[in-house]
Amino acid sequence: MQMHSLAFDVSHTLAGGLVLISFMMLYQDRLYSLLNVFALHAVVLALSVAWQAFVQHAPHLYITAAIALVFKAIVIPVALHRIVKQLGIHRDIESAVGIGPTMLAGMALVALSMVLMLRVTAEADPLAREDLAFALSVVLLGLLVMVTRRNAVSQVVGFMSLENGLVLAATGAKGMPLVVEISVAFSILIAFIVIGIFLFRIRERFDSVDVSALDDYRGERR
Amino acid sequence: MSMASFDPVTAVLLIPIMSAALLAVLPGYRLTARLNVVASLFTFASALSLFVIERPQPGPYVLVDDLNVVFIVLNTFVGFTTSIFSASYIAHELETGRLTPVYLRFYHAMYQTMMFGMNLAFVSNNIGLMWVAVEIATLTTVLMVGIYRTHAALEAAWKYFILGSVGIAFALFGTILIYMAARPVVGEGQDGMVWTLLMQHAAAFDPALLNVAFIFLFLGYGTKVGLAPLHAWLPDAHAEGPTPISAVLSGLLLNVALYALLRFKILLAANPNAIAPGPLMVTMGLVSLIFAAFMLYRRRDIKRLFAYSSIEHMGIIVFAFGMGGPLANFAGLLHMVMHSLTKSAIFYAVGHISQIKGTQRISRIRGLTVTHPALGWGFVAGVVAIAGLPPLGIFMSEFLVVSSTFARQPLLAIALVFGLLLAFGALMLRLTSVAFGEPRGSKASAEASYVPMFAHLSLVLGAGIYLPAPLVIWFQNVARLLG
Repeated sequence: MQMHSLAFDVSHTLAGGLVLISFMMLYQDRLYSLLNVFALHAVVLALSVAWQAFVQHAPHLYITAAIALVFKAIVIPVALHRIVKQLGIHRDIESAVGIGPTMLAGMALVALSMVLMLRVTAEADPLAREDLAFALSVVLLGLLVMVTRRNAVSQVVGFMSLENGLVLAATGAKGMPLVVEISVAFSILIAFIVIGIFLFRIRERFDSVDVSALDDYRGERR
Repeated sequence: MSMASFDPVTAVLLIPIMSAALLAVLPGYRLTARLNVVASLFTFASALSLFVIERPQPGPYVLVDDLNVVFIVLNTFVGFTTSIFSASYIAHELETGRLTPVYLRFYHAMYQTMMFGMNLAFVSNNIGLMWVAVEIATLTTVLMVGIYRTHAALEAAWKYFILGSVGIAFALFGTILIYMAARPVVGEGQDGMVWTLLMQHAAAFDPALLNVAFIFLFLGYGTKVGLAPLHAWLPDAHAEGPTPISAVLSGLLLNVALYALLRFKILLAANPNAIAPGPLMVTMGLVSLIFAAFMLYRRRDIKRLFAYSSIEHMGIIVFAFGMGGPLANFAGLLHMVMHSLTKSAIFYAVGHISQIKGTQRISRIRGLTVTHPALGWGFVAGVVAIAGLPPLGIFMSEFLVVSSTFARQPLLAIALVFGLLLAFGALMLRLTSVAFGEPRGSKASAEASYVPMFAHLSLVLGAGIYLPAPLVIWFQNVARLLG
């Protein structure tokens, strides 16, 4: 019983930490600090997944945790740092919406996901319930980062934090087949390759990775 | 697997993926374009054999039933004809230097990978695997949309990628929720994701969880179907990529997402306490139809015009499946097949037109029937078909949708007819200016292959005049399966 409550508390803390870090992403106004916060996000995710692996006696989840730690917390932030430096992207992030409204919207989204998930999962076990509610919050906050940022790199970061939320949900669902976890990690890998290619192509054609610069080239005036 | 026991399911997956690997390394345009056609033909032939060869039992990964056979055969057929069109289209792109040989190799490999992803999505019995397959198909099309690397193409690909990823993220979240709902009943692990097992136990699932799962799946896969207001990626992706890709996007990829949606709709319908997915689908379908119909009037780019027309038709199809019942499902299924055939035929025509004229602007294309009779009249036939005029197939399926709706919900039917007429007007307006009048633009003769276009159109015409009885019975079975 003691163990069970400890298991609950730790995973609760870690998942809650992820939501908190997602909030931190919302108010970063410099690219490098956004990348650092994302690295922290991935580290906490790795811890959370590793804890789930331990609690659920599911050793295969350690692989997912390792991928999160090595790939998302180290490789990608470093690579993005280099891209930002090499392409000479503006370090300041131009956001489409101010920080105040963004934070308020973030709070509303978290409240929404809590209300929604806790209500519909009344019969599921408490661990999975809370996990799912936090995971949805992270997903929605990631989405918010994507829509409030104009810069392509920060949109990618938003997307990856969104994927972190999905990994959290997938690992929280006890016994979910490994196929899916691998595929999640794999899709991030593919996504990153795609984005890498895109960034380089954009570099070939434009001097900016600001997506709003792309808007000028629409084939059709609205 | 010995040669004697030919397994069509393995074939429709293995042929595309192996030829993708081959096409990625082989040099030379003539060889690879032909290989692409041959591989697509073999895939189509294997898919056809699903009709005659005994089907495999549903396993943990693979399922073949009456529903997905329709999708697989349609998918591989249009994939095959598009590969023929693509061969002549790409030759021109190489001449004008829009594509380099390296990119061409990449293009062919991606084409076959996309076919693999789509076929895998259709045959998968595992909702996780299906998600992965849809993801593969989407990513390959993203890459192909951006292949010209112009400003507009990059923007379109980026937009498609971002919106598609959000869609796919929601779909995965929905998939996880389905697993959560299934776990207490079906048990942990693999079984909780096998669709046939889920169906057997769906009645005992927690309805609240299923409801939320469906909302996420609907938003997620609905983004890929191109339902308004989640459609923003679709017109750009159609307009800026190579035209063969526009043809498969409209004709096939939208169907893949629709298929995923239908599978979950059936699952939800099996639980008596869950919400009925119908009204949600009807609303979104109707909104897409009417929105797209209005948008058709303001298009100046010919590929964008038909992209909006795809949104319109997907709206009609989702509407029909949302209405449910044997007749509406039958109509929706028929409409889906007819739309795939007609829309890809139109894109074959549009591809050659924009190559000849060197532009996609509608105002610079005039009098096609005078300068290029075969192409012009083929285009006219395609647009007449897509606008829903008799005696072509789309008229019949639209008529069925409208009449079955009138019998049950007259008010909805009025809204439906309003949308259809609106779209009809817009298409006719554009058709007259493009096809008739004083010729404008280049009059260079087209080095085109018209076979795919006319093959599709004659199938659509044939279906409009006479549907063979076995086909009707087959579709009726599927319609019953859809509930």
